[in-house]
Amino acid sequence: MIARYVGRRLLQSAFVLWLAVTLAFLAMQLTPGDPAQALLAASGATEKEIAERRAQLGLDAPLPLQYGRYLWSLAQADLGQSWLHGRPVGQMILEQLPATAELAVSATLVGSALGVGLGVLAALRRFTWLDTAATTVAVIGLSTPTYWSGLLAILLFSLHLGWLPPTGEGDLRHLVLPSLVLGFALSGSIARLVRARIAQVMEEPFVQAARARGIPSWRVILAHVLRPALPIVLTVIALQFGFLLGGAVITESVFARRGLGKLAVEAILWRDLPVIRGVVVFGALAYVLVNLAADLAQAWLTPRLREELA
Amino acid sequence: MSHVIEWSARPSRPLLHQPVALASLAWLVLAVLGTVLSPLLAPEGPLAADTTRSLLPPGTGSLMGTDLLGRQISTRLLWGGRWTLGMGFLGLAIAVGLGLPTGLAAGFLGGRIESVTMQSVDALLAFPGLLLAMAVVAVLGPGMASVAIAVGLAAAPAYARVARSAALEVRTQPYVEAVRALGGSAWRTLIHHVLPNAAAPLAAFAATQLGWILLNSAALNFLGLGAPLGVPEWGAMLDEGQGYLRDAPWVSAFPGLALTLTVLAANLLGDSLQEALQPK
Repeated sequence: MIARYVGRRLLQSAFVLWLAVTLAFLAMQLTPGDPAQALLAASGATEKEIAERRAQLGLDAPLPLQYGRYLWSLAQADLGQSWLHGRPVGQMILEQLPATAELAVSATLVGSALGVGLGVLAALRRFTWLDTAATTVAVIGLSTPTYWSGLLAILLFSLHLGWLPPTGEGDLRHLVLPSLVLGFALSGSIARLVRARIAQVMEEPFVQAARARGIPSWRVILAHVLRPALPIVLTVIALQFGFLLGGAVITESVFARRGLGKLAVEAILWRDLPVIRGVVVFGALAYVLVNLAADLAQAWLTPRLREELA
Repeated sequence: MSHVIEWSARPSRPLLHQPVALASLAWLVLAVLGTVLSPLLAPEGPLAADTTRSLLPPGTGSLMGTDLLGRQISTRLLWGGRWTLGMGFLGLAIAVGLGLPTGLAAGFLGGRIESVTMQSVDALLAFPGLLLAMAVVAVLGPGMASVAIAVGLAAAPAYARVARSAALEVRTQPYVEAVRALGGSAWRTLIHHVLPNAAAPLAAFAATQLGWILLNSAALNFLGLGAPLGVPEWGAMLDEGQGYLRDAPWVSAFPGLALTLTVLAANLLGDSLQEALQPK
């Protein structure tokens, strides 16, 4: 049954999430230096005060107990407190989330439109100059650092032409350049994957058969190639979500935008480990959920897969 | 517009017959040579400042212009290659060093070892790469060594996956089965028969991964998590130039161009290697 597939996929997602959460916990343990000391060292606290603080933070407990407490608080959606700001990490993440989500969604739209367009074009005209042109654009998108294309875009569209604001946030105009830059980078891998998958579909016997029956090429493409390829495209886009998260961090830095990226970079520089851990766990959760949703949607949209899984 | 769909597969071409591959290889060799020879090519060193020549544009007695302190961008690029390319190759060595034995062993031995290993690898793969690298930098503390280790670790699971499928493909070949039947030990078979025959796809993927590693290690440097202030690492140079983009765009334009070309060369080389291996 399909329920079995859903169950297996859920279990798998839970495993990935558990692994991320546990790695984040172990990473904190491996980090040299003592949080209590780091927190109080600047204030010239005595040994006794540091020891008290350590007990207060639960750091004197045995490791398995600390791990259990950590999992328990995560289960209650409690990501702990920032060492630097003394505020709940969950709240800090939620504050930054809208800015990052806005960028991620608009960049995904740009990247998907461009990537799917290029990929389909290349696959349908495989081994022609159009294919070469499309795959060249894709590999350039894949290879160009967003922190360079972003600066070039600011230079051209903001400083020289004066069309768009260079940095900061506010209205939609501030969103155009960051989404174009991140979307272009995203489109590279989407285009390559879409091209490969559609080329695969075109080798399928049912497509060959449709062509042999003399159905016009455009109808073969629309009804027999693009329609079955649709769910695949969905998965390809979801797979890029991890890249998107990383890309958003960099793009935010280039365009001086608020967001999770700024939060994470600041936290690493100040060694604010609870915040880093929070962002990592949150990122893993988002990634797992997006891919789970895409896989389930694909299973739903692909009749054959539904049967195979049954 | 004609509606003929091209169905036939393109015949594979040997690497040396692909102009793109040759150009990519040439650029990579040039970049490495420039880095190695930087003390000869630019003996004044990357820190030689001359404040009377601050922010000179390219061409005015200076190949790529100068930065705020009057340091030559071209010189800094040549010297900075050791950091940028060094982190790239170190990261790749870590990714291959961890991924290759893991993947080969899993693919060759099969059974329970394989399924446990690959499930863990898949879980790691399901984790956003740059985020993983940032977490590792957080643990190790900012610095260029941390960046190389972080990016290498983040890239290792993907390499293990590719190594496994390469080993898997070779394992079932008759000649490997013959060696095994003749009493060759698993270890010997792996080193002498599986590895050489799986080398080509592994090299192709290594080139592609070098691109990813370079892109992301320079990204972490750009974010200020790697090179200390003043070190001419390319990502850090880009970051430096951000401040005077309006008046002196060349300060970040050239490091960005060098980096993009290098990443592009690595990606194209990976593609070409894959194309050269195409026939089945």
